[in-house]
Amino acid sequence: MTQPSERSRTISVEALARVEGEGAVTIRIEGDRVADVEFRIVEPPRLFESFLRGRAADEAPDITSRICGICPVAYQMSACHAVENALGIDCGGELHELRRLLYCGEWIESHLLHMVMLHAPDFLGAPDAITLSEKHPERIVGALKAKKAGNSIVRTLGGREIHPVNIRVGGFYRAPTKAELTALVPDLEAGRAEAEELLDWCAGFDFPTLDREPEYVALRHPDEYPMNQGRIASTKGIDIEATEYEEHFVEEQVPYSTALHSRAVGRGAYICGPQARVALNADRLSPLASQAAARVGLAQSLGNPYYSILARGVEVIYAFEEAIRIIEAYRRPDTPAIEAPPSAGRGMAATEAPRGLLYHRYELAPDATILEAKIVPPTSQNQRSIEDDLRNIGSALAALPEDDAQARAEQTIRNYDPCISCATHFVSIVRK
Amino acid sequence: MTKLRLAVWKFASCDGCQLSLLDCEDELLQVAGAVDIVQFLEATSRVEPGPYDLSIVEGSVTTPSDEARIKEIRASSKKLVTIGACATTGGIQALRNFADHAEMMRAVYAHPDYIKTLRTSTPISAHVPVDFELHGCPIDKGQLLEMIGALLLDRKPQIRGHATCMDCKAQGTVCVVVAHGTPCLGPVTHAGCGALCPSHNRGCYGCFGPSDDAKPDALVRDLLERGTRRPEIYRLLSNFNVAAKPFRTEAERHDAAK
Repeated sequence: MTQPSERSRTISVEALARVEGEGAVTIRIEGDRVADVEFRIVEPPRLFESFLRGRAADEAPDITSRICGICPVAYQMSACHAVENALGIDCGGELHELRRLLYCGEWIESHLLHMVMLHAPDFLGAPDAITLSEKHPERIVGALKAKKAGNSIVRTLGGREIHPVNIRVGGFYRAPTKAELTALVPDLEAGRAEAEELLDWCAGFDFPTLDREPEYVALRHPDEYPMNQGRIASTKGIDIEATEYEEHFVEEQVPYSTALHSRAVGRGAYICGPQARVALNADRLSPLASQAAARVGLAQSLGNPYYSILARGVEVIYAFEEAIRIIEAYRRPDTPAIEAPPSAGRGMAATEAPRGLLYHRYELAPDATILEAKIVPPTSQNQRSIEDDLRNIGSALAALPEDDAQARAEQTIRNYDPCISCATHFVSIVRK
Repeated sequence: MTKLRLAVWKFASCDGCQLSLLDCEDELLQVAGAVDIVQFLEATSRVEPGPYDLSIVEGSVTTPSDEARIKEIRASSKKLVTIGACATTGGIQALRNFADHAEMMRAVYAHPDYIKTLRTSTPISAHVPVDFELHGCPIDKGQLLEMIGALLLDRKPQIRGHATCMDCKAQGTVCVVVAHGTPCLGPVTHAGCGALCPSHNRGCYGCFGPSDDAKPDALVRDLLERGTRRPEIYRLLSNFNVAAKPFRTEAERHDAAK
């Protein structure tokens, strides 16, 4: 509801739609300036970091996947890599490739869900994708088919799309056969073609203006577009191992808001996610994804968060292309997993969830029982920037009629594909 | 014929079970054509007031405001069904029910006093009458479509509560307990997943919760004889359906803290 007055008004959305989880926002505008922004999270806390203590390290992938039904693979990947870091093992070769393949599936399904079902309706003034399907049936039906192809990767490799069962510390319980994976290729090729169409369709949207020069943070790998591995890099000079993450980024519980906010030590807000990955890794994109990025002018659009939908679109093309490459080169490994005896240790890892960097740290006892766990999801890292963006569009909001201003505020939040369920720390607040 | 007014609600959860509906890529537009989705915050900005013909509820009750909200939803819904382990048994966040909640809050938050939350995570049925419960962490898409279809036609959903073990045998999967000595909850876990874990060479971890006739004590006796250690049994029974009674009763007998 928007309450206009002579000089000041308040835009308030009590229950944000088309985001994962429960959020709300209040923006107080004075003149054409935003006086106050609160992006509030009303998601009930589930206390994962507390109840991970006392669990076996090999339970971490299955337990943390339940933080988020949209990106369970990301949690499984960060948990596996962090525990493996503690136990001193490294999954290379085909196991590494299979993990990338799995991540391709999740990027495809998660990005397409956001692009078509959550974000595109903002650009076209519709309440949802079902309504959009009346005007644009070929795009919506095509996108759903492509999304299904992404989900079929996760199902084939993981057993099911949501909370896959086949992922473990050290690799997999069962390695797929070459034939099982090859059977996916026709749908992946069709999905890739569909993703090209979808990107061009999105490139034709009207994009609001907003120029910023944020610090982008993403993994950077010597020869891969980053998913599972790499150093943590930023556009303002950070270049560290994941084990150094907590020296450079901190989380704070701020009294006016409901969530832990992250900031880069000594600087402040930063952004992770598709635009950050492209900003730091455009030279690692596959040939077709590079061409697509050039075609839609992605490099020139990175300063404007509304164009994040195009970065997602390019990453979907990349994920299809990469998935096909991995499947074509695949040779079933002799063993589906590397075994590691339990040992005490401390392990950290960051992987690239669809929404951005996902950091896990575990402290293990000699029998590999978890003594302490820390999880930093992408949404808590992006939260400061979401609020900054809302502050920076004050004059645009002030100029819009009430309903449009509210819609623009929501669209601005959706630029980040915020996953509120992910943010395990996010809490209901008692105001003082 | 007027379309059935469908609402989807979220409580404490991961969003995965309601995502299962959006993951029905082949059927979604048909479902959307057959019913009138008047409230489904994850998928649409459309928000209409009740009454609702069918409310689908995901998630468990963990805050004072959610205790009140579920009662309002029930009052405005002709039928109310729950989807998933959180809504049906309290979910993994029900681990707090058996621990020192204040200490757990301190471990995550610098200022736990800012936070309003209940000491327990409870299923929807602990607060209001529920017409049907769909098990699973996450639920199975096929079961979800069957449930919605059945309720549209006003018949009982054809979803059976036998043990996963029976599905596994019917599929001809090699038994992981007998062949490898791997602990498996298949004999006491509600069917629905298609016996996925054993077909991937691992034991069932009970994400669909107890089957209708679950007798975990008999299974656990066998696992102990095969060399499974008590802490492992405790953990296996204490995950995504930790507060489900048959699992909890048996788990308590193996709790090292007692």
